[in-house]
Amino acid sequence: MWLRIYALLIKEFLNLLKDKKSRFVLIVPPIVQLFVFGYAATYDLNQVPIAVYNEDQGQASRELIARFTGAPAFKEVLRIERHAQIADALDSKQVLLVLHLGQHFSRDLLTGRQPAVAQLLLDGRDSNTAQIALGYAQSVISNFNFDWARQRHKTLPPAKLVVRAWFNPNLESRWFIVPGIVGLLTLVVTMIVTALSVAREREQGTFDQLLVTPLTPAEILLGKAVPGLLIGVLEASFSILMAVFWFRIPLLGSLAALYLGIVLYVFSVIGVGLMISSLSVTQQQGLLGGFLVIVPAVILSGYATPIANMPEWVQHLTLFNPLRYFLVIIRGVFLEGLGTGDLLDQYWPLAVIGLCCLICAGWLFRKRLY
Amino acid sequence: MKASRQRLAGLIRKEFLQVLRDPSSLAIAFVMPVFLLLLFGYGVSLDAKHVPVGLVVEHNSPESREFTAGFEHSEYFQTHYYHDMRTAQQALRAKQINAIVHLQADFDRQLSGGEPAAIQVILDGVDANNARLLNGYIQGVWQNWLNSRAERRGQRPSTAVQLQPRIWYNSALRSRNFLVPGLIAVIMTLIGALLTALVVAREWERGTLEALIATPVSVREILLGKLIPYYLLGMGGMLLAIAMAVWLFQVPLLGSLWVLLVCGSLFMLVALGMGLLISIAAKNQFVAGQIAIIVTFLPAFILSGFLFNIDSMPAAVQAFTYLVAARYFVAILQTVFLAGNIWAIIIPNALALLLMAMIFLGLALWRAPCRLE
Repeated sequence: MWLRIYALLIKEFLNLLKDKKSRFVLIVPPIVQLFVFGYAATYDLNQVPIAVYNEDQGQASRELIARFTGAPAFKEVLRIERHAQIADALDSKQVLLVLHLGQHFSRDLLTGRQPAVAQLLLDGRDSNTAQIALGYAQSVISNFNFDWARQRHKTLPPAKLVVRAWFNPNLESRWFIVPGIVGLLTLVVTMIVTALSVAREREQGTFDQLLVTPLTPAEILLGKAVPGLLIGVLEASFSILMAVFWFRIPLLGSLAALYLGIVLYVFSVIGVGLMISSLSVTQQQGLLGGFLVIVPAVILSGYATPIANMPEWVQHLTLFNPLRYFLVIIRGVFLEGLGTGDLLDQYWPLAVIGLCCLICAGWLFRKRLY
Repeated sequence: MKASRQRLAGLIRKEFLQVLRDPSSLAIAFVMPVFLLLLFGYGVSLDAKHVPVGLVVEHNSPESREFTAGFEHSEYFQTHYYHDMRTAQQALRAKQINAIVHLQADFDRQLSGGEPAAIQVILDGVDANNARLLNGYIQGVWQNWLNSRAERRGQRPSTAVQLQPRIWYNSALRSRNFLVPGLIAVIMTLIGALLTALVVAREWERGTLEALIATPVSVREILLGKLIPYYLLGMGGMLLAIAMAVWLFQVPLLGSLWVLLVCGSLFMLVALGMGLLISIAAKNQFVAGQIAIIVTFLPAFILSGFLFNIDSMPAAVQAFTYLVAARYFVAILQTVFLAGNIWAIIIPNALALLLMAMIFLGLALWRAPCRLE
């Protein structure tokens, strides 16, 4: 029996790797993507174009503006002279926000009879970016207020917030996104390898040949699953190396906990992939099926937007999503330093998803057999 | 000329039959947009509401109650009280709460002292974006408390400068308003590329391309024959998606529909051209499928400006985004939906799409298989 499986494995690997193009698509694009997305996928603002409209002539307004233009998040690209220019600058997306200081800004600030008003006009077409920019602007203003009060011996506010962030002290979104990309790319590669594997044989007619060999359906399933497992784990390992050594994401937890997670995760993805594959007759159907799983899996995983923000019925759906569990595992191990014991709640659903799908796939194989 | 038209009609008929007989193409064009838009529309949201926050109040007093009332009356928070920091920290580790706000035992005394009292805030930084938004909400509570406290005591607010934000185009900051139009671009990328990525590769693999080449049809006719049916399918899918955005998700459509349709057509041509090119270059459904997924979904999701701000990316990555057609279409969609027909945005982006369509279709024609190897 082992000899048969061994021979089958060799055939499967040859199938995947003998063609130069399929070798290429398995290896190069994931590397490029990890690299590009690692840099691209960030919610942190960096040198975002802003415009300043200052009707005030005083020293104080210049000081406040200098704090905005000096912040690494913002870059002043436009000085507005007339009110009408504001709409042009925002409409054409030339700038994300306009800082507007009225004629009486310095006077109000110096007399202190009423708070001086700094108006901020934001482009809300991308409301998330607008909200983040607003947060940055708020902290610039509150620092300014604090320093202003301290320098002039005015009354300080009675209380201040001392904010600390655990696990990611500077709140760099890259620390959160790059481990997520590891899960994403592993999902895509593993899913494609397995989802098309049986469909391809069906379409080419070689599946019938396989069925008349002494191999049992379980053995065929194993032969299809092992290459996926190997490729998935290699893919994940490589991405983790890049995350640690290139992107310098701190890896605090135990590698054993991480690898247990990876193996279970890849196992569950293979289960889903093989189930799709055994359902589809053509490769187009296999690809479509793979897609219909990958896209929701990415959206409903907490990769880019938090699961807690979804409506409750959608939150229940995410319980069937392997990526959801894996993201908790990889982020927990990387940033929080979790070990195997802390992650049991994430491990068992992965194992259950994988087992159920594989049993389904095996049953579907057998159904086609008899 | 007449013969050519007849040949073309025959080819289109063949493609249509193929589409109708393999239901997966119809599923891609019509079921997928509905399914994806529902999923994305409900699943992708950046608006945090009722975030669980732990409050540790060491000494209960009128002052501390005034402060915590701000959290209880806000729809952004769901408050949990803890007696000491240790249990609160355990809850934070167990992900039961996302942040801790800590008022120390001598909070009242510090308030009346000269130096500001320190209110300690600990955020769970694993989801950095969420933590940052949460920090903003907490700052808002603090600011309101400062102002109303000063007002109650007849003092002037201690803030020297007050920030007055005005958010244009989406004043309620509903994230769905910008996500749903962006999603149309992501979904159309998928549909266009998936529909065509496999069609030529499939004929290669099955050997039916040889049969086609042996007939009097020219390469251009073969490509047009593939393009027209899938273009019609894709546009049908797009109309469906726009209708859902407007009627189901209540996204305001301030610009005009025909601008959307013209730009959508251009974008569809780019997506189909890309799919055709992949399928011609790959000659193998496995490779074509793999490439289609890699060059379409993830770039459209991450590099189009639909979710992540392009201006904040490093310059090299920004340069890369110019190659992603979805980037142009996302800009058009978000503007036409939320801001109206602003030609300064529409024209340059539409021209970019036109250029890309010409390049992809031209390349597809040039690389098209005109002889057997």
